Amino acid sequence: MATGIKDKVAIIGMGCSRFGERWDASEADLLAEAFDEALTDAGIERKQIDAAWFGSAFDAVNVGNSAIPASVALRLDGIPVSRVENMCATGTEALRGAAYAVAAGAADIAVAIGAEKLKDTGFGGLPTPYKGTFSDMWMPMASAPAGFAQLAAGYVAKHGVQKADLKRAMAHVSWKSHQNGALSPKAHLRKAVSMDTILNAPMIAEPLGLFDCCGVSDGASCAIVTTPEIARALGKRDLVTIKALQLSISAGAESSLPDWDGSHVRNTRRAAARAYAEAGIEKPREQLDLMEVHDCFSITELVTMEDLFVSEDGAAIADVLDGFYDRTGAGVPCQVDGGLKCFGHPIGASGLRMAYEIYSQLLGRAGERQLPAPSIGLTHNLGGVPYLGIAAISILGLKA
Amino acid sequence: MADFGLTGFGAYIPRLRLERAAIAQAHAWMAPHLKAGAKGARAFCNWDEDAITMAVEAARDALHGQAQPFDVLMLASTTSPFANLQGAGIVAGALGAPAATEALDLGGSPRAGLSALAQALRARRPALVIGAERPNAKPASAQEMTYGAGASALLLGAGRAIAVLRGAGVHGAQLVDHFRAAGADHDYYWEERWIRDEGYLKSVPAAARAALKDAQAAPSDITHFAFAAPQRGIAEAVAKAIGLNTAPTRDLQDGCGYTGAAHPLLLLADVLERAKPGELILVAGFGQGAEALVLETTDAISDARPRRGVSGALAQALPTQAYLRMLSFYGGVDLEWGMRAEKSGKTALTEQYRSSAQTGAFMAGRCPACGAVQFPQHQYCVGPDCAAPARAFEQLSLVDAPSRVLTYTADWLSYHPAPPLYVGFAQYDNGARVLTEITDVGEAGIDVGAPLQNVFRIKEIDRQRGYRRYFWKAAPLMGDR
Repeated sequence: MATGIKDKVAIIGMGCSRFGERWDASEADLLAEAFDEALTDAGIERKQIDAAWFGSAFDAVNVGNSAIPASVALRLDGIPVSRVENMCATGTEALRGAAYAVAAGAADIAVAIGAEKLKDTGFGGLPTPYKGTFSDMWMPMASAPAGFAQLAAGYVAKHGVQKADLKRAMAHVSWKSHQNGALSPKAHLRKAVSMDTILNAPMIAEPLGLFDCCGVSDGASCAIVTTPEIARALGKRDLVTIKALQLSISAGAESSLPDWDGSHVRNTRRAAARAYAEAGIEKPREQLDLMEVHDCFSITELVTMEDLFVSEDGAAIADVLDGFYDRTGAGVPCQVDGGLKCFGHPIGASGLRMAYEIYSQLLGRAGERQLPAPSIGLTHNLGGVPYLGIAAISILGLKA
Repeated sequence: MADFGLTGFGAYIPRLRLERAAIAQAHAWMAPHLKAGAKGARAFCNWDEDAITMAVEAARDALHGQAQPFDVLMLASTTSPFANLQGAGIVAGALGAPAATEALDLGGSPRAGLSALAQALRARRPALVIGAERPNAKPASAQEMTYGAGASALLLGAGRAIAVLRGAGVHGAQLVDHFRAAGADHDYYWEERWIRDEGYLKSVPAAARAALKDAQAAPSDITHFAFAAPQRGIAEAVAKAIGLNTAPTRDLQDGCGYTGAAHPLLLLADVLERAKPGELILVAGFGQGAEALVLETTDAISDARPRRGVSGALAQALPTQAYLRMLSFYGGVDLEWGMRAEKSGKTALTEQYRSSAQTGAFMAGRCPACGAVQFPQHQYCVGPDCAAPARAFEQLSLVDAPSRVLTYTADWLSYHPAPPLYVGFAQYDNGARVLTEITDVGEAGIDVGAPLQNVFRIKEIDRQRGYRRYFWKAAPLMGDR
């Protein structure tokens, strides 16, 4: 295996817009909001940026194709700017571009910025994704919750659990994120809700009710990366470095061959194994201080706890109900900022928003929700559907 | 070729059944008289069924999954979804028929199905004759109560014929009892009593007498009279006028309803399920006159039974009281489906043609290197340790391959004309795994492990351009024979 990029790239500045129904802001406004904060945090000038990666997913809304609109919005005159798109993993994909450019020595300072302006569609939920002319011929065009809801059927069948027990654990996942979201000033949904409200919400895609689904939000998030050497030269003391950055994409096996059991996300397991190897983590349950995972739906977060090898296979229900992933629990706090569920899910921004929370926590800037002295955290960003998708994992930590 | 005749038969009736009382109840404020005819249930098409999909299902019932021993495929319907695109060609593609198959559409008359059968019997060439109809009646009309939907398929060939043609007769008349202008949605009818007295009671006996004469048979020789009119009582009066000793066969009003060009063929399929060797069947159709055939069953009838047939199709009912559901499917009410329904349904016809070898008859590929059966077929084998080029794949159809539910959900969020959209993975016994829409799920829902069957359905309707695209879907397995 390649040696990886552990500690070769430092994050010197991050920004995140307020997420939510931003009727006041265009995508360009959101980009500027995140970019301004990141520039100020990094303490650099716009002209010091060598390259940028811009992530945005849906063509039906947002600013249009190519990197030109982002370049215009941020006045990144003449430097290389690329637009990346990898569904809901787009934000991490942008970070990957910028980090690899720095690690390769192709850029001294690079920007990763992701944004999504979902509330220009006129309705709740996501725009219909375009899956290509061939898929149109045969593939059912179901919603995102329909794709992930099937994990519940697979999980129940695999582990022989009661549907009601799984539903209660799923509800706890959402309950916990609402508790945390209430403490996140930039979060979309900042209200705690009761278990009863969650359990009795209208059905979206069986067994996912309304509160099993994440917020559909506008927002942008930004990271500025450089080498640890340049970071030190810029006067940075506490350095957050990238310990691992891994991506795994389906090639059709789960959805075409009989061996996948429908109860987990194979790509997450692959990306996690590689990320732990790159970062040198052997016991994630003991070594990780916090996680921001892709809780697009409550069932996704639940199976992700097993896919990241933090809960044993079949033990996620018990861990979740024991409060192992709660902010104030004894385990690994998960979705401390509220997660996709409550901080919100502007597709192209989400991977970078997760990194923003880990970065803030590591630097002790997380305000009311600050954890006691975390030193390493993980982001997990999923695109597509469990059986045909993308898993992107980053591990960020303080540099010794 | 002495033994040329019918060699197989099959039927399809949509599983959705609406109690006629629910129709009458919905219109009671303005048409209280409908209550008088509100007996039993009528069939209606799910949103994803039409004359073409029903034709495919009836043909599959007749063919028993065997190789297609026919040179000619005729599809008779007055309700084909296309004015200028051949339904029979689409049916041939779904059945995996060779490119040399002669496919043709017939329409323009409720007699079209019987006329097609008569022509094919006289031509004495291996043929598949299908009648399929999805008539659309104006809300609160008499037809809304009596119309149904369904299809019947008759396989013709030499050797082991179960019934042979003994005689035929036609009686043309310039009598317009009803018509539907090109592009119009509904039929326009004249007074029922006039249609009965001047139409049915004169034309059908005249055609029947001609057919009997051609068959050198007497009215008393007929065992089964396969004839029905949408209006009650007419077939009995016609039988009496011909001088038959037998009453008409059941009219299929209960559970199905009148199916226009498909109806004589559907009645014939129903009779063939019960007929004994050496019996004479008189089958007749009406419209601008009438047409009649006399068929004689052979010894082979005893062991020729479709998997489903009319009786099986009648039994596979999904009853509903929701009148507005039928009205919505038939375009009688324009419901608010939300902005998600605004999504473009445009079909890339170039892509449709390129992929038709896979999608038409649901062809999976078996990798010669690792044995994995896979749909869809991409450029290389899906086996992570294989990835052999797909060029050498053995082709096999998944249409009749057994499968079960691996995962599923009921999706209330996506735009779907019959929510919720049931979607999930079908795991085939042969190893193939396909993400599929599951249609015709009853109120009890579905669960992991439930056995499935495949049905040919509308995949998407492009409302902007009037096009529709077809593909296979899963449905809960019905207990066919």
